[in-house]
Amino acid sequence: MGLALLLLIWLITLVSTYFFVAKTWWLPVGAAASAGFIDRQFAITFVLMGIVFLAAQLSLGYIVWRYRETPTSPPVSYSHGNTTLEVVWTLLTAVLFIGLNLMGSSVWASQRFDPPEAGAVKVEVTGMQFAFYFRYPGPDGTYGKTSPKLMDPSAGGEAAVGLDTSDPAAKDDVVTGTMYLPVDREVDLSLRSVDVIHNFFVPSLRFKQDLVPGLNIHMHLKPTAIGEYEIACAELCGLGHYKMHGMVHVVSQEDFDKWLAAREAEKQ
Amino acid sequence: MATPATVHAHAPQGFIRRYIFSLDHKVIGIQYFFLALTAVFVGMFLSLLMRIHLVWPSANLPLVGEIKPETYLTLLTMHGTIMVFFVLTTAPQGGFGNYFLPIQIGAPDMAFPVLNMLSFWTTFVAFVVIIAAFFVSGGAPLHGWTGYPPLSAVQSAGPGEGLGADLWITSIAIFCIASLMGALNFITTTLDLRAKGMTMMRMPLTVWSWFITAILGLLAFGVLLSAGILLLMDRNLGTSFYVPLVVVNGQVMLHKGGSPLLWQHLFWFFGHPEVYIAILPGMGVTSQILSTFSRKPIFGYKAMVYAMLSIGFFGFMVWGHHMFMSGMSPYSAFAFSILTMCIGVPSAIKTFNWLGTMYKAHIRFQTPMLYAIGFVSLFVSGGLSGPFLAQPVLDIQLHDTYFVVGHFHLIMGVAAIFGMFAATYYWFPKMFGRMMNEFWGRIHFFLTLAGTYAIFMPMHYLGMAGGTRRYSDYREVKYLATLIPLHQFMTYAAIITIAAQFIFVINLFWSMFKGPKASDNPWESTTLEWITTTPPPHDNFGGVTPVVHNGPYEYGVPGAPKDYVMQTDPAVVATH
Repeated sequence: MGLALLLLIWLITLVSTYFFVAKTWWLPVGAAASAGFIDRQFAITFVLMGIVFLAAQLSLGYIVWRYRETPTSPPVSYSHGNTTLEVVWTLLTAVLFIGLNLMGSSVWASQRFDPPEAGAVKVEVTGMQFAFYFRYPGPDGTYGKTSPKLMDPSAGGEAAVGLDTSDPAAKDDVVTGTMYLPVDREVDLSLRSVDVIHNFFVPSLRFKQDLVPGLNIHMHLKPTAIGEYEIACAELCGLGHYKMHGMVHVVSQEDFDKWLAAREAEKQ
Repeated sequence: MATPATVHAHAPQGFIRRYIFSLDHKVIGIQYFFLALTAVFVGMFLSLLMRIHLVWPSANLPLVGEIKPETYLTLLTMHGTIMVFFVLTTAPQGGFGNYFLPIQIGAPDMAFPVLNMLSFWTTFVAFVVIIAAFFVSGGAPLHGWTGYPPLSAVQSAGPGEGLGADLWITSIAIFCIASLMGALNFITTTLDLRAKGMTMMRMPLTVWSWFITAILGLLAFGVLLSAGILLLMDRNLGTSFYVPLVVVNGQVMLHKGGSPLLWQHLFWFFGHPEVYIAILPGMGVTSQILSTFSRKPIFGYKAMVYAMLSIGFFGFMVWGHHMFMSGMSPYSAFAFSILTMCIGVPSAIKTFNWLGTMYKAHIRFQTPMLYAIGFVSLFVSGGLSGPFLAQPVLDIQLHDTYFVVGHFHLIMGVAAIFGMFAATYYWFPKMFGRMMNEFWGRIHFFLTLAGTYAIFMPMHYLGMAGGTRRYSDYREVKYLATLIPLHQFMTYAAIITIAAQFIFVINLFWSMFKGPKASDNPWESTTLEWITTTPPPHDNFGGVTPVVHNGPYEYGVPGAPKDYVMQTDPAVVATH
């Protein structure tokens, strides 16, 4: 029985570890400035926790087999514990866990506490059951007013976010269902929701933030590679949650300008 | 106070007073146990439907027909709610705690037997109410077990958000009241009814775990109860505690000025301690069984007690780690993150001590021990994904993905359930007077351990790849569609593992009537439930009040006549 347990625990441990180490499934390739740091922190945590995982499971399997009761077992070692050992492993774990934590805090801080770089592209993300809309403030750099009374989700686009077209600042606002961003330029995001909580999750850009009705959340990110990246809603928002998704097109500055100009032209 | 007025030497003779509205903590414990057993099968059946739907989305199933996206969400909502409240909270504490806490401290009953009966029947009503949600017009709610408003607060936000959601929140509120009554009873009993010589530091670790769990329950359920009442008011009386100005389906709602984050704070202020309410009794029973079947004292008894106390203490300061992505102040994330890492420390101490207990021991592999060993393995696996999720930067990638689902299922789901299995196999002889079948117990164990790892370990891979949770269909998003093979594997594993649970149920009921008769102390254990007859008499010790001389885990004492010394035997060593 001890041997069977040892084999099963070791087998589970080694098979589980294999798929982590082989990276059969892993984080998607990062395409944002923060990806390097996040991925490194993930890797460090992964290695440390992996070592603890292997050590604990392998010794568990070994101990249950090695100290199984047999007719020839020596008497048990009668002991109520060892205070020195308790103190040592408490301190070791505390240092490991808290140290790991402190290492990870700087990227969190920079994305949230520092203002975006000057000249960042402004984009507003609005979530509603079950779509994302993206608004660009246009040449005036100012978002026009929106009003809940004007919101008409079935009409889509400007009407869905409730754009008040009587506001002069709204004249050049562009509202789209797909997000375009220029590469290597900081994006100043305003995140909001009109109905329930949604989440704007772009795995490749290492970005995730709840869109909360009543809040306008500001964050910034910098895409670093041209490509198309999927957006998936990551907060349960109702029956269509599974089909609330979208696409971020990260393009060259030139293509971005062209795209935005074409949208402005469509509007006129 | 110290002598429960209603305890008599003889049980009432009428069937109803004896088995239905019983005041006997043992009968009430068994009632809780069977309520939880019913609930776990309902919850498991819902998860089976979910797993089948994810792999065969348009399958036409017998009895339930085709599962629509909204039905899938009601399944996950009801699965989570039923499992967390009516299984993980009910069986370890209400079931085993009720039955064994008074006996293990040498008391004739709980401090408040009538309150005890009331708390069971209130829990029962809560269960009936939540099951009723399936059958009302619109069906059960789809807002997840966490019930985040505005989705859960606005009736038009989705199907099931009408009467079904009202029943859901009402059931939880009733459950809170029942748990508060239970918690008071457990705390008073532990403090006031201990037998002579049963000092706090001679209590079995199981008693410590039920005691600390009761304190957590007392502090946590009151908050959830208030939060639930506010949600009911937002839903039905036009208040705006949780709902700001929102436009749902193009309709401007009448709410304004509320905060969706307020609910999250209140919910997780309960929700995180709830995790420990589910797992602490499992830790207690694992310690008890590892020591018994290792024939060795528990390694570091005091460290185990302090570890449980600090887990309970820190458990109230980490709720914000569920909210890193919620729009909560990012500054507070630092505090919640550090405190969360702190809670890993006492958890690690417990693991070290369990390994220390088995080191240089004489391990006997009866089924309770197998489950206790399984608990340790699962606790390690489920625990080590914690330090990933506790770091806000990593949570950016992992929050609300299957990584989280894998994490909490391993630790508060499967590990806690292994604690319950261990407890069932261990105490069944005392509760029902017969032994369970060892052979089928072992088969059940090996299938369940391998099976649960096969279901929940791949969830971590899925989550790292960005696999979002609570999606009824993964074919819509391209990168999620590539992960479907993992879902298929998990579904096959789930079907096999769920099938294996019938071995347990058959073994349980068969043994109840046909198992070999159990002796008073079949495992050669040391704690007080094993000095009394099997099953125990109505007043637990047949009119005798036990006097305690020893700590709870005196195994392998050098020079002692047997390899175990009962707590009531003459003092052998001055250990505590």
